[in-house]
This record gives sequence, structure tokens and C-alpha cells, in this order.
Amino acid sequence: MAAITYLEAIREAIDEEMARDANVFLMGEDIGEYGGAFKVTDGLLAKYGASRVIDTPVSEIAIVGAAAGAAQMGMRPVVEMQFMDFMASAYDMLTNYVATARYRAFMPCPMVVRGPAGGYVRGGPFHSQNPEAGFLHTPGLKVVYPATAEDAKGLMKAAIRDDDCVLFLEHKYLYRRIKGVMPAGDQVVPIGRARVAREGTDVSIITYAATMWKALEAAEQLASEGVSAEVLDLRTLAPLDDDAIFTSVRKTHRALVVHEDTRTGGLAGEITARINESCFEWLDAPVLRVTAHDVPLPFAPALEDFVLPQTPDIVRAVKRLASY
Amino acid sequence: MPAVARRGGSAPSASLSREQKLQLYYWMRLTRTLEERLAALYRQAKLVGGLFRSLGQEADAVGSCFALERRDVMAPHIRTLGAMLVKGARPVEVLRQNMARADSPSRGRDLNLHFGDLERGFLGGIAPLGDMVPVMAGVTLSFRLRGEDRVGLVFVGDGATSTGAFHEGINFAAVNKCPLVVVIENNGYSFSTPTSRQTLARRFVDKAIGYGVAGEQADGNDVLAVYNVVRRAVDRARAGEGVTLLELTTYRRTGHADHDNQSYVPSGETERWAAENDPIDRYVRVLVGREKVEASELEAVDQRVRDEVDHATELAEASPMPEGPDALRGVYAEPAAGWGTCDTGHV
Repeated sequence: MAAITYLEAIREAIDEEMARDANVFLMGEDIGEYGGAFKVTDGLLAKYGASRVIDTPVSEIAIVGAAAGAAQMGMRPVVEMQFMDFMASAYDMLTNYVATARYRAFMPCPMVVRGPAGGYVRGGPFHSQNPEAGFLHTPGLKVVYPATAEDAKGLMKAAIRDDDCVLFLEHKYLYRRIKGVMPAGDQVVPIGRARVAREGTDVSIITYAATMWKALEAAEQLASEGVSAEVLDLRTLAPLDDDAIFTSVRKTHRALVVHEDTRTGGLAGEITARINESCFEWLDAPVLRVTAHDVPLPFAPALEDFVLPQTPDIVRAVKRLASY
Repeated sequence: MPAVARRGGSAPSASLSREQKLQLYYWMRLTRTLEERLAALYRQAKLVGGLFRSLGQEADAVGSCFALERRDVMAPHIRTLGAMLVKGARPVEVLRQNMARADSPSRGRDLNLHFGDLERGFLGGIAPLGDMVPVMAGVTLSFRLRGEDRVGLVFVGDGATSTGAFHEGINFAAVNKCPLVVVIENNGYSFSTPTSRQTLARRFVDKAIGYGVAGEQADGNDVLAVYNVVRRAVDRARAGEGVTLLELTTYRRTGHADHDNQSYVPSGETERWAAENDPIDRYVRVLVGREKVEASELEAVDQRVRDEVDHATELAEASPMPEGPDALRGVYAEPAAGWGTCDTGHV
């Protein structure tokens, strides 16, 4: 079977789920006739009609709120944020209404909020953000952020079938840069399961999304210098796959957490704390982090490249860990 | 003036039976008596948290929901207890909620009127104002997408009209032709803020023009007038004519919550509304004068309501408190794993 891009994999998953379940429908800005800012939903209006692919006003609160209401009535809405940066506009609706609905009112909101996130694309401060941390902190939401085309498809299918709200972050740098061959049949990648992307014995690099590819690149370089790095692709950020993290760290005794998100309050801090609580006796070195600097993401290539984690940063950090 | 095509013929309330008109009285009296009981329990420190009243606003809540069918869905706000009762909420549920009991509808997880039941057709509201408008846009969008003969009604206060959620929600519902009635319960104050500090619009219903939807204003303390405008809006929604924005004018006679001493209210204002414009007193005059209802019939309703509230109070006071560990269950569909509960053995 031919390889398809990460973006096409997402579209294929949505398409298959719409065909499978008549309750699945899409809402978002410019997703119908235009097919979405990145064309993720291209062709779906023609295939499923205007009652299942709904162009909305520029209203993130209403898009998320209406998805919640429709979900509570038994629909399975999949809504697009044109850029995940704009999910901030719907923060109240997601954290106060959606995330609490099952717990306080026993009226869950099975829905997917999806859209392009991440940098390395010269998008500037409002088209490059990694907004996961604010939502990882909210009990009631699930967050996935796939790195591969296969996972993008399988996790999207899982997200649409999930009985809770899933925030589905798609890395726009990966949209058309990576491809994968989709497994035959109805393959669902379970939410909450990490994946060992490369086996190694000396250091565990725990990461997700675009930096997973940088970690693989770093591991390749390190191998030629005699350091064996394992790369763990988290895939799901909430709930975290503690078992996979602990298994890897207990094997290598050294851990590096890498993410594209900014440092303070980022997921790496939480992972570090969990390793500390559960793997302290196995550690031969402190857990280190490679992350973006704590600044808004700037536009100019030299600035963006400086702020975001790069492969040499990962190589350096792994060498430091290996030297303990 | 927002355009509403008035249909010919008599007002919808003209076709209400005498029994239905007595039911309206029952729901308003139940609302008031239940709140009076809550106030008494609050003073005895038997409630957890604050107490929010709808004293003097019973007519708009009750009259609105009386125009809905059981299959329709309503989203209340903090001052529409009467709407929830009409929709099937039971006094014992309201009491247990306010007492934070284990068998309250939210199992002690949320406050006062924050509970719902899809079977009975009402959603639990949440504290951020205006949020239920987008949610109800989605609820009613689902009715339209599935071709169901159901409408939605969402209450907001005057304060909520200033939120982004209200604006986005009503606009979204309007362009999607959702069968939704948006009721602004204008009671003069949002906490301490008078409507003059909330909007420069002469009337809240004037906002309907900007959204391109039908709009009507009515005296919210006249339960039959409320029923009439809401019934017309519900009929329009059912006929596929989309959203209607209603403004029901009333007055908040108590503070925002029981802790509020209303120092910002001009002297004599609440007393004047109580004496001259109490919705229950007004409706009693209608029932006695026009419908020839006997005082004894009304007294029988009052007694029935007292008995119901007494019984509900006994049940609620006997209800257990939740156990601490109950707090950990039910955040997600499946049991917690990888969710960072404090189970490391170190904590």
C-alpha cells in the first residue's frame, strides 16, 4: 500500500469514522468548501454534505460550546481550531464546562477538538504554539499529540470513539513532511499508550510530536559515538503512560525529557517528578530537560531556531547524562 | 423594534385550561415556598455554601417552561428554580444539592441548581455566565441535524449578555437556524451592577436586531404574558424559523446571594416591588377576579406545597454526606490510570 502523509492520515481517519458512525460530524472555520486552512477536511463536504461538515462563524467559544451540547445529546462532534493557538479563546468552555461535565453532572462530552499546533514553520507567536500544558492540568480532558502518520490515523479514530473529550494536537510541521504506510483494516491506536520509537540501553529520551523526530536524529548521531539512546514517543500526554516511562528509565538509568513547549510548567516537569517518585533508586543521573526557552515564539528564522529545541541540544544533553 | 410577525387570533394563554392556570400558580407557589425553606435552613447553618434566591422572579421562570414540551430541553440559570421544577426537578433534589449530600443529583460535587437530567429535559448550568448559550446552540443544532421535533430554551441574566459566550452562542445559533429560545431575565442587577452599567442599549431585546433574529419583550412578573411570548417563540422554533431573543423584565428583591446586603439598592425600591409588583399576588388577583378561583382552592394548593416541601426536607436532612474518597471517581469514563492520583506510597 502507498505511503500517505500525516495530514492525509488524519483525513482518512475522520473520513472512515464519519462513514462508520452517522453521529460523527465536523464543525469549524473554513472547513467545508475551502477544506480547512491546511486542507485537512478537504473533500469531506462533498462526500458528507453540509449537515455533517459545518462551516461556522469565527467563534471558538461557540464552536466548542456547541460541540459540548451536541455531544451531550449523543452526537460525536469533531471540531477544528484553525490553529490550536486559538483554543485559548475557548479555554473557559473547555476547562469549566466540558472537562467537568461528566464529574459534576454525569453528562459527558464525547468530542474531539483538533487542529494544527507547533512551530518550526516560521508562524510567529500566534500560529506556532504548543498549548498542551494548560490543558494537561485540567482533570477531565485527554490530550494526544502524535508524531507519526500511523499514530495520527489510529489515535484520531480512538479519539472520535472515546467517551470523553480529547484534544487532538496535530503538528503542522509534520503535516506534509512525513509519510507512513497505513496498516490494513480498522486500526485504532489506544489512547494512553506510549511507543518505543528506538530501542537503546544508555539513556531514555522521552518526547512527543515533532521533537520525536529530532530525538531519533540525535540517537542516530549518538550511536556513532557509542551512546545508545532509547526514544520513547509518548503519543498521549494525558493520561501519561507511566509504565512505559518507568520501564524505559529502569532499563537505562538515565532520563532526558524533550518537548517543544516552553519550560516552566511544561509536561517535562511532571514527568521528571513522576520518575523521581517512582524510579529514584534506579537513577544514575538527574533527570534533564530540553525544551523551548520561556519566551513567546518569535517569527524570524534565527530567533525561532534559537528558541526551539534542536537536535544538537538533545545530543549535548544526552552526552551530559551519559557522563555521570 | 425587532420584528416579530404577530399571528392573528388570540394569545396562546387563552387556550390554557382552568386546571393549567392553577398549575401555573402551583409551580410559582412551590418555587417560593421551597426557597423560603432553603432560607430557613440557611439561617440554621444546614446549607453548605451560599443561597441564591429568585424571590419576585418566579413568574418568568415558571411561565417560560410551561410553554415547553417534555421532550424539549431547557438550560436554567441561578435564578430560575421555578423553571427547573416545571421541567421535573424535585424539591428533595434541590434541598440535597444545597446541603451537599451524597445522594444529591451531583453527589455533592456541585452547588445549588447546578444539576440536570436529560430524561426530564434540563441541563445543569455552570457558574461562568453565558456559557449555556453556546451549549444550547449545540443541543438545538443536534435536534435540527437529526430532524427531531424538539426545541431548546436557555435562560441568561442581564449580566450574561455582556459575555463573549452569549454573543458567540446566539450568533452561532442564529446562522445555523437552531430551534432555540434565548430568554434574558432582566432583573435590574447583576450582583451589584445595575443594567445601566451593563449596556447602553435601551432595551436588551434591541440586541435581537443585531443578530438578525426575532425579539420580544414582556412583563416578566405577569406569568400569562410570559407564557404568551415564550409560547410564540417556541412555536416559531418548532416551525423552523430559528432563534428568538426574549427579554422578560422583572426585579431581584433579594441580594445576589444571601450574604449581599444590597447597600447599592436605592432605598424603598425592593419594598415597592414587593408591595406593588409581586408576581404571585398579581396572579392571584387574575385567578380570583377573572377565573373565579375560590380562595379555598388556592389555600389547598398552598397546603399541598407546604406538605411536599416538609416531606422533601425530612428526606434531605436524613440523606448521608459523601465520603472523601468518592471524590476520586468518575472524572473519565474508565478508571484512573496515569492520572496522577496520590498513590505513589510516598504521599
